[in-house]
Amino acid sequence: MDDLYREIIIERYKSPQYRGQLDPHDISFEDENPLCGDHIRIDLRVDEQGRVTEAAFSGHGCAISQASADLLLESVIGKHIDEIKQLNKQDILDLLGIDLGPVRLKCALLSLKVLKAGVYGLGEASDALVEG
Amino acid sequence: MQPIAITKSEIEKIRKDFPILEREVHPGKKLVYLDSTASAQKPEAVIRAMDEYYRRSNANIHRGVHTLAEEATALYENARSRIAAFINAASPEEIVYTRNATEAINLVAYSWGRKFLQAGDLILLTEMEHHSNLVPWQILAAERGVRLEFVPVTDGFLFDMDAYRALLEQGPKLVAFTHMSNVLGTITPAKEIVRLAHAAGAITLIDGAQSVPHLGVDVRDLDVDLMAFSAHKMCGPTGVGALYGKRAVLEAMAPFMGGGDMIKKVTLRSFTVNDIPYKFEAGTPAIAEAVGFGAAVEYLNGVGMPWIRAHEQHITAYALDRLSELPGVAVFGPDVQHKGGVVAFTMQGVHPHDIAQLLDSDGIAVRAGHHCAMPLHQKYNLPATTRASFYLYNTTEEVDQLVTSLHKVYKLFG
Repeated sequence: MDDLYREIIIERYKSPQYRGQLDPHDISFEDENPLCGDHIRIDLRVDEQGRVTEAAFSGHGCAISQASADLLLESVIGKHIDEIKQLNKQDILDLLGIDLGPVRLKCALLSLKVLKAGVYGLGEASDALVEG
Repeated sequence: MQPIAITKSEIEKIRKDFPILEREVHPGKKLVYLDSTASAQKPEAVIRAMDEYYRRSNANIHRGVHTLAEEATALYENARSRIAAFINAASPEEIVYTRNATEAINLVAYSWGRKFLQAGDLILLTEMEHHSNLVPWQILAAERGVRLEFVPVTDGFLFDMDAYRALLEQGPKLVAFTHMSNVLGTITPAKEIVRLAHAAGAITLIDGAQSVPHLGVDVRDLDVDLMAFSAHKMCGPTGVGALYGKRAVLEAMAPFMGGGDMIKKVTLRSFTVNDIPYKFEAGTPAIAEAVGFGAAVEYLNGVGMPWIRAHEQHITAYALDRLSELPGVAVFGPDVQHKGGVVAFTMQGVHPHDIAQLLDSDGIAVRAGHHCAMPLHQKYNLPATTRASFYLYNTTEEVDQLVTSLHKVYKLFG
């Protein structure tokens, strides 16, 4: 029906592998896309070297935002916090394997915005975190 | 009223008036435009009127004495007269051009609200207002200590008359309400609401953004004091709208923005205010757009508002019927008798944005989100809905296409 909805996106949306909450956690952050009401919370456990050992997301949203959150968390397991800080828009698009218009891009990038705000320890997620 | 027969050939004839309906959105996918509640498409007559204005008559209005300025002024003012006649206003001076319905409401909040309301005064709104008839009053409430109360929506998605009567006992100064919800499609009993408001000593403002394009509104029959509407939702251009106001109400209001045209006389330290409607029209307005607005009204008159309403009821009834066969679909809104051509729905397990995106891949344009009515969505605990809306150029075949595509969406996610 639409190239945007590749099998992997539908699959991850219907059966996410990193859905849930971690309690206790080392890092937790949540934010929403006011345009569509999508809401994502991400919890991380990080070891003493600063590497992500466990990750989970919760909240609600469209298939693009939920699938990108799931794929993103899968990709950060074992990564160092400093590596997460380097992630950007293109990394998300590569994970999804699609190109997105400006409106849906916001859906796709919500999880990265939340993740980066979390690892930077910021009070607020901002678009600047996912540019470049 | 005589029942109105809707024939296929009439609709085909109307569709030919709208060049955009010929376009393919994606290869092999012709546009199915079901988003007229957000903005309607434009007939050739409107496009041509604006084009001709720029090709032949473009000039600034009012003070010029050359031929073009005279022509431009006449076109601009003729359009005002047509718009006034379209809603049966007593005179063209009761039509103030604005950018859109939103600006018209903000104008009232500014020029009427700031002059006549004081701390503790009450404004009555409803739970189903568009943000444009909510936020201007919230701003005023924060600034002036004005109180806001809200007439609820009943379980059947209707304006709650009993609750309204009870709220009127608190003595509101203003009752500002939508004539047709842009989400539920609910048509409010405007005449009765106005009558009761007047009896309670309040003045009334109708948000007519949805009703004026679709129902045909007679402001003198309703006896409403003020009404806001936008050209672009009624086959006219963006960038122009109108505030209707009874002469006495408009005359009592303070001016809005300062500048040229809204004055009679200016000295270095003072000015005298122009007569209505000009006192609210500072600066060079959207002249070509006003001309297009006039052409849109003329076009709608040519088709006939009763025909448009009957056609939309027919199509909405058909859509509600067809949507009911879809698994997991819930529709939000009253029955078709109390409803305009707006169908907001959810599909279980599929986010409205995904639905809208997938429908787009079949060339079908619908809207997904909160439709600028977040509080209403909060009431039903919904982050968003998908909304299909209909106008004079839509067909039952397009509804069929919508339903076919929705079946595919369900299958993809199911």
